[in-house]
Amino acid sequence: MGDTRDSVSLKRIVFVTVGTTCFDALVKAVDTLEVKQELTRRGYTHLLIQMGRGTYVPTKSLGEDGLMAVDYFTFSSSIADHLRSASLVISHAGSGSIFETLRHGKPLIVVVNEDLMDNHQSELAEELAARKHLYCAHPQSLHQVIAGMDLESLLPYQPGDATPVAKLINRFLGFPDD
Amino acid sequence: MNKMDDCYFYIMAIIATSVAIFLIRLLHVLYLTGKSRRLKSPQPLSTLIVLGSGGHTAEMMNLLSVLQMDRFTPRFYIAAATDNMSLQKARVFEDSLLHKKVIKGSSAQFMQIYRSREVGQSYVTSVWTTLLATTHALWLMVKIRPQVVLCNGPGTCIPLCVIAFLFKVIGMRWSSIFYVESIARVKRLSLSGLLLYKLCIADQFFVQWPQLQRKYPRAHYVGCLM
Repeated sequence: MGDTRDSVSLKRIVFVTVGTTCFDALVKAVDTLEVKQELTRRGYTHLLIQMGRGTYVPTKSLGEDGLMAVDYFTFSSSIADHLRSASLVISHAGSGSIFETLRHGKPLIVVVNEDLMDNHQSELAEELAARKHLYCAHPQSLHQVIAGMDLESLLPYQPGDATPVAKLINRFLGFPDD
Repeated sequence: MNKMDDCYFYIMAIIATSVAIFLIRLLHVLYLTGKSRRLKSPQPLSTLIVLGSGGHTAEMMNLLSVLQMDRFTPRFYIAAATDNMSLQKARVFEDSLLHKKVIKGSSAQFMQIYRSREVGQSYVTSVWTTLLATTHALWLMVKIRPQVVLCNGPGTCIPLCVIAFLFKVIGMRWSSIFYVESIARVKRLSLSGLLLYKLCIADQFFVQWPQLQRKYPRAHYVGCLM
């Protein structure tokens, strides 16, 4: 998963997204000194946080303190541009954000929200992590995952295909295959 | 025996017969569920498409984009009343079909439905909201009477599928119900999926991960849609 363009410009952005949810625990986690130190140590220069409906406001920074520059916003109609310019994406476990990031071929850490009542979200993240398409973390373990991750070992995700379902539906209804 | 007893006997007999007929019909429909009805010259089928936020709509759009839309006409899109993105996405999809001349005239309708349960709502209060949602669903289904139901997980699909199944039992409309479990479900089915699977309401039940197929052998494993 190379992104030579970013390394040439020396600006290496970490994009954090919570989608349309409220996930303060993640925003808080990326705003901690240990996570920012770890990201800086790994060569990332900018942290851009899409904070959604959360109420925790991270501290903006221009990066003069030797750590990364930090900026945030609540929503954007399309996160595609942010994904394209990112060198690393840290996302909530929603399937929309996960697959959009994987389609852009960006290294991804998915952080599972433990506060949800019916927590099935970790299933998808853990399965894709087991298949080496991404890293899976919890808000408390994020800095450890960043410290220990090896982005070279991640495998690109082959986009899925709905034609097998369509074929079965057509066959069931008696429509000819074509 | 006096007249009152006679009358009582006849009423009981009528009730018993009706219940028996209903049960036989129910078993017959259950027997036919999942069995393909091959038609000689298949006609376009009116199709109900249930959408839902949280990834369901995106997965459904992926499926629709590979289905021959002239076979699934007219199309009725239903999304929760609190979900303002899903129907918008369906409209964009339908516009793109018109633009690409895949279909000739617009044959799509977009409808909103009350939700049985919001994410995070307690199971106790969801009894009342489910009742409300069911009534609304019944009203919409009487209007639509679809021949095909496509759904993939949002809670709104439960009342719609149950009603579609009851329409089969009472002979109001025969429909084929297809359920695709969401890609987010790897090890356990969603509540919607579990109900439709256990009650044998879905004619075909698809899962996107092999682990689920091993656990639910009547399901078809179809690989990832995303």
